[in-house]
Amino acid sequence: MTLLDHYFSVFLQGFGHTLLASLYALVGSLILGTFFAIMQVTTSKVARAIGNIYVQVFRNIPLLIITLFFYLAVAKVIKMTGFTAGTIALTLYTSAFIAESVRAGILSIEAGQMEGARANGLNFWQAMRVIVLPQAFRVAIPSLGNQFINLVKNSSILAFVGGLDLMYQGNLVAANSFDTFTTYIIVGAFYLIITLPLSYYIQYLEGQLKKKA
Amino acid sequence: MEKAKKRRFGIIATIILILAIVFGIVWAQNTVSHNQKHQDTLARVKKSGKIVWGVKADTKLFGLMDTKTGSSEGFDVDLAKAVTKQMSKQLDEKLTPSFVTVTTASKVQLLKNTNIDGVFGVMTITPERAKIVDFSQPYFPAGQSLLVKKDSGINSIQDLNDPSKTVLVVVGTTAAQNIKKFAPKAKTIALQDYASAMQAMKSGQGQAISTDNAILYGLASENPDYHVVGGTLTYGPYGAAFDHDQKPMVKQVDQALDTLKANGTYNQLIKKWFGQVPGLDLNELEVHK
Repeated sequence: MTLLDHYFSVFLQGFGHTLLASLYALVGSLILGTFFAIMQVTTSKVARAIGNIYVQVFRNIPLLIITLFFYLAVAKVIKMTGFTAGTIALTLYTSAFIAESVRAGILSIEAGQMEGARANGLNFWQAMRVIVLPQAFRVAIPSLGNQFINLVKNSSILAFVGGLDLMYQGNLVAANSFDTFTTYIIVGAFYLIITLPLSYYIQYLEGQLKKKA
Repeated sequence: MEKAKKRRFGIIATIILILAIVFGIVWAQNTVSHNQKHQDTLARVKKSGKIVWGVKADTKLFGLMDTKTGSSEGFDVDLAKAVTKQMSKQLDEKLTPSFVTVTTASKVQLLKNTNIDGVFGVMTITPERAKIVDFSQPYFPAGQSLLVKKDSGINSIQDLNDPSKTVLVVVGTTAAQNIKKFAPKAKTIALQDYASAMQAMKSGQGQAISTDNAILYGLASENPDYHVVGGTLTYGPYGAAFDHDQKPMVKQVDQALDTLKANGTYNQLIKKWFGQVPGLDLNELEVHK
């Protein structure tokens, strides 16, 4: 515990960066993921193909490679720090999984709902937003929760590109103090501070939605 | 009936889980306390007939993995072999060297867990580290320096003392502390290994890499657009490291190093590994009486 005391500000700084990266990536990947999910269920063949390619590319490449691509290759053209590169990679990677969850949610809603909404004069986007998506999200919530928890843990990828996150600071503390074991236990506990409330919140949401349905 | 069955299943499952966890913890604690019991490294080495050395796999000239043979090669590895051979003579017992790849972050933990007997791994001798591990006498006179791009206009550490400058270091080295001392305004970013640091500098993530000159010379020989500048900031010789309080082992290794330096084997190894490095003065490294 003297270790925690001695390096508290270091851990706290890492915790802040992890929280921030997770938050950015969560919002970003939810928006991107929903967008590409809708693209995959439109009637346009081109849009469906684009959506599909996007998902397949980012779902099937290791996160570390996407991160290094932004940190080492893209950074030659557009200046970006390790934190930015890591957060962008995390967003793109997670959005592919979210797109799949949301798509599954949309497909679980009967086609009749969409047809009915269109017949009543709503256009495609209106029908999507008001009728289909709210129901689709209800179905998708358990798997979305999984993705969000994975996202927080995957943010440790930032450590590889000097992203100043929890894992990065943990590596530094472990190297300085030589107390690898205690350091990583503390780092693990800090991750729990983010992921446990998130898990319980998702469970609570599931319960609420069940009651409503 | 159905309900009672479910209930029974739940209870049994819980009991099995708890038992598994309790036994697991007890077993782990026993093993750990057994491993942590002070073991005399020299006695262990004599008993097993081999010395397990931790060496690096990512450091050119000192310990770099040869992808063809699958084993590390470099000055550290050759010196460890020579020391083992010399110790066999001293102790009049047959000892064979064996090698395990370590990283800057893992080497001390592996020593403490007795997975390895000693480390020849570009490890700078510092007072803080000496509290946790035992060091042999210095076996290589290293000092921290800077690697920069040739047309960068950076010639010394003073040129980096600016908030817009980023110095790249490697996790687990003492380089970052020294940069804070000599260029307090510069930012430092720690990367996983020297290859990543070099890639990051090429991508413009930093203006300089700082670590021991010997390692930087290795990087510069592979990347002709980059050169080492600024002399040495610090004098930080390397030592072989052992678990804490292993005086008999350290004494034997020191004695072996003395002999190797005296009989010319040491200078041969220096010439073998550093003879081709541009800009490095061999006279500074060789031992002269």
